[in-house]
Amino acid sequence: MTFELFIFYLFSAVTLFSAVAVVTVRNPIYSALFLILAFFSSAAIWILLEAEFLGVVLVLVYVGAVMVLFLFVIMMLDIQIDTLKEGFIRYLPVGILVAVAVATEMILVMRSDAFKVDIPDAAPLSVNNTEALGEVLYTEYVFPFEVASVILVVAIIAAIVLTLRRRTGVKKQDPSKQVRTRSEDRVRLVKMKAEKRL
Amino acid sequence: MIPLSYFLILSALLFSISVAGIFLNRKNMIILLMCIELMLLSVNLNFIAFSHYSGDIAGQVFVFFILTVAAAEAAIGLAILITVFRNRRTINVEELDEMKG
Repeated sequence: MTFELFIFYLFSAVTLFSAVAVVTVRNPIYSALFLILAFFSSAAIWILLEAEFLGVVLVLVYVGAVMVLFLFVIMMLDIQIDTLKEGFIRYLPVGILVAVAVATEMILVMRSDAFKVDIPDAAPLSVNNTEALGEVLYTEYVFPFEVASVILVVAIIAAIVLTLRRRTGVKKQDPSKQVRTRSEDRVRLVKMKAEKRL
Repeated sequence: MIPLSYFLILSALLFSISVAGIFLNRKNMIILLMCIELMLLSVNLNFIAFSHYSGDIAGQVFVFFILTVAAAEAAIGLAILITVFRNRRTINVEELDEMKG
């Protein structure tokens, strides 16, 4: 067994174990943490496949941003774990049946000769994965890249608008109204005769 | 070196685990979102494996875009989850049947 194969088996075992834990553990916090473990070990597998940039992006974006968001939401919501795990045993046979069916079908297809490709040579050290990706991203795929940025903007606006809560009866400052105020609105000059001394 | 089919079988197993997770945790909306993330991870593994073995970097560009869209999806999904919880005080999928769909 070569060293690469050993690394592959190690990280794929960790990935599969943590994926099983994600779907079976009772507490959603633990399943989020196991999902982080799954992302870490699959980042290692991606780096084994010479996709170094995407491996780093997976750790930075997924573990650093998306999973932190998940943990944040889980901790913010007050959820009862007991009622949410009801029916786990009832659906267990169906779930396992479907999973085994999907897995066996895919594995039967993937063990066929069509996927017995020649093993590629390792890329020479001078070729930088990030550089190669950037070169095609900013030339050939520049339009999809722009569309991706638009999608991110839409996601930002949607997330803010969905969670924005306008509460009535709260005394808070309105800076634009404060700026628009003129002195006539605040001070009233009244003309009147001087009072006579008694 | 590792054959291509090993990576494909790994991602097939990952995908089927997450399909089973959707069946098992059909009450908890957060776990459902996490299962979708796992599915996208297995699809990305497929893309990267094919990209490596065919020597074409286009697969990695696809993974880049899938990561972008998945991040946007997770953000919007969690925002919807928060609004649902704020209005109904529950994230149980079976209780969210107002529209009787």
